[in-house]
Amino acid sequence: MKLEAKNLKFRYGQGERMILEGFSLEADSSERVGLVAPSGVGKTTLCKILSGYLQPEEGEVLLEGRPLSSYKGYCPVQMIWQQPELAVNPRMRMRDVLAEGDQVDPEIPEKLGIEKDWLNRFPAELSGGELQRFCIARALGRGTKFLLADEISTMLDLITQSQIWNFLIEETTRRGIGLIAVSHSQGLLEAVCTRQVRLKEEREHHHHHHHGHHHHEHSHHHRELQE
Amino acid sequence: MKRKTKSNRRTRVLLGLTLSLVFLAAVCIAGCLCTEAARTADFGRKNLSPCFPYLFGTDWMGRDMFARTLKGMSISILLGVLASVISALISLLLGIASATLGKRADQLITWVIDLIMGIPHMLLLLLVSVALGKGLKGIVIGVALTHWPSLARLIRAEVMQLRESPYIKVAQKLGKGRWYLVKTHILPHLVPQFLVGMILIFPHAILHESSITFLGFGLSSEQPAIGVILSEAMKHLVTGKWWLALFPGLMLVGTVVLFYVAGESLRKLLDPGSVHE
Amino acid sequence: MAGKEILNIRHLNISFTQYEKGLRQVELPVIRDLDVTVREGEMVAVVGSSGSGKSLLAHGVMGILPYNASMGGEILYEGEPLTRERMDRLRGEEIVMVPQSLAYLDPLMKIGPQIRKGKKDAATRKKLKDIFKRYELKEEVEQLYPFELSGGMNRRILISTALIGNPRLVIADEPTPGLDLKVAKRAMEHFRELADMGAGVLVITHDLELALEVADRIVVFYAGMTVEEAGASDFDTQEGLRHPYTKALWRAMPKNGFQYIGGTQPYVKDFSGGCPFADRCDRRTEQCSGEIPWRQLRGGHVRCLYAE
Repeated sequence: MKLEAKNLKFRYGQGERMILEGFSLEADSSERVGLVAPSGVGKTTLCKILSGYLQPEEGEVLLEGRPLSSYKGYCPVQMIWQQPELAVNPRMRMRDVLAEGDQVDPEIPEKLGIEKDWLNRFPAELSGGELQRFCIARALGRGTKFLLADEISTMLDLITQSQIWNFLIEETTRRGIGLIAVSHSQGLLEAVCTRQVRLKEEREHHHHHHHGHHHHEHSHHHRELQE
Repeated sequence: MKRKTKSNRRTRVLLGLTLSLVFLAAVCIAGCLCTEAARTADFGRKNLSPCFPYLFGTDWMGRDMFARTLKGMSISILLGVLASVISALISLLLGIASATLGKRADQLITWVIDLIMGIPHMLLLLLVSVALGKGLKGIVIGVALTHWPSLARLIRAEVMQLRESPYIKVAQKLGKGRWYLVKTHILPHLVPQFLVGMILIFPHAILHESSITFLGFGLSSEQPAIGVILSEAMKHLVTGKWWLALFPGLMLVGTVVLFYVAGESLRKLLDPGSVHE
Repeated sequence: MAGKEILNIRHLNISFTQYEKGLRQVELPVIRDLDVTVREGEMVAVVGSSGSGKSLLAHGVMGILPYNASMGGEILYEGEPLTRERMDRLRGEEIVMVPQSLAYLDPLMKIGPQIRKGKKDAATRKKLKDIFKRYELKEEVEQLYPFELSGGMNRRILISTALIGNPRLVIADEPTPGLDLKVAKRAMEHFRELADMGAGVLVITHDLELALEVADRIVVFYAGMTVEEAGASDFDTQEGLRHPYTKALWRAMPKNGFQYIGGTQPYVKDFSGGCPFADRCDRRTEQCSGEIPWRQLRGGHVRCLYAE
């Protein structure tokens, strides 16, 4: 399965600064793509466009050749937000938060280290790292084909970061879910991704994973970079 | 981890809320029980100033002013409850509709809100009340129709803001429909605003009911409503019968203040920020 | 480590009260028994993940805790207790805080007057010029409002506001939230420069890898407790470290193998006492649920019975 962004152009309202212009990207569901970009380039905006939260001014996002917006109901491209505190309803118990996902396999919360007791709690009674585990589990419902991770571990400690990413690598590989990750940490992307894409610059880095987690070689060259 | 058992702010607020609700309920029930007493005229005891069996004195027809005041207040409170519940429901409905049903609906509802807010309450209330043939029905509908816009506007703004919150956007992407979003994410969030708004419409409703009755466009003069009592008392005030207006007036002010206290306490209790106190 | 001690925090406790269900108020100990020393010319980083309670630390030192928080322990500034009166006198002059949020800038005040805090004398003006030169800010910026500048520039302005006095002690609360590596590094380097000029700098951050690049010493914070104080170079190898948590952190770094251990940092409310890391530690014994002293070890400090 392929997720394509074609010639995206985006800005917040007429007369505002252009955030994306002529951006294209192609990712296969067997890949883990890392997006690298300096601040102010609009990585979060890009994630939101790729997962259908925002509509580009020009260009389109295609999943298997079909516009993403034509998929009704559960969106096959799910995004995990940077701040889990904002991505869960503060008045809902975690059990119900998790239930919003698409029939999430009960093994997933378990593998993420979510404890039974947390299910009865409200978001304010959990730490950022614990909440983020819920957000990840919720995004891994049955219908998910691509996962977008927007700086999902920046505010977490290194151990939690490592727990979460090792789980995501295993889970997405097993289920053939494509992963697109944004992080400011080069080291992290190198450890997680099968290749990296740099925004704003005409260069692309191929990084082959050195933990033996990835099974597909991507020797074909992608041209998804813009000026 | 120490647990504090001594009285904290929340306990005090809750106490205030309970006391005011108990008082209001008591007035209501007492009023219903003394319907007869409020009507009984006895010219043998007319124009008594406040004394032991007649705490609030008696009027020129020898009716017990205490019973009349209680009855009047209970009519006002019941009427206020009815009017503010209807009013708050209208706000909730229109507020949510305005924020979720698209631009057209929003423009229309906002226009109606502005329109009603632009007309003085009293004037509109008079018109509605007279058009519906005065009486209880006219007043309830009049008060209900005039008091919803500010709460509706508040709810609309709240829902607008809520719609932008990431967790609702996430739920949309998880394939949840509009009704699900309103039911699980929006309505529970609005409960505090709704309840507080409803209780705070109360004092307005009561005051407006009394004033319109006082002016003669509201409840008929047979009913011992506070407005009727006060307007009758006006005629006798010059002859030095101060108690006819003072006690019912104080009662009215007291009730209004208590409702206000109840509303504010509830707001404090429901405010999630008050967790950290 | 020859510099004079500027800030000395001893046995600091911060707790705040919170309503539990309904009317019950609970006291949450957010920071327990924290010890930090900052010397002249030194940059110390307090590192902890979100939810470890570290953000209250800066507020505690500056005396600007929210009203529902209470603080115990001792804070010494240049050897003398830092009382409220003394703090009020020193705040903004000798002791400055660089807040986390750009929202601390006054949106209605031009940059120049905002940094000078209204002072117009020649010395202050000259100082401002020097600061601008150092941070590559053009002179015209003085006449602009915060909204006319980029986020990175505003951050430099925030730091400049701290520099205009003669700070002896700078406290930076999470100065790099959500910044990309390059900008975050630059922000950290600004603090490093302050330390090199002789001030004591205390940076509170979640980003251990970044802190390691600039700080002299690292204080590791876990579930409201300091578990280890180590020199930055101690992080070169796992053996240089002392506490099992710090070692686990080290192993979890992407460059050191990206390994992880199970479990999560306990939430302050659930935590009962003893070593907060005991649940996840393979060297745990019964003694670990008792009081664990903060002791010296190999030039640093550790709160573990078995560290060697």
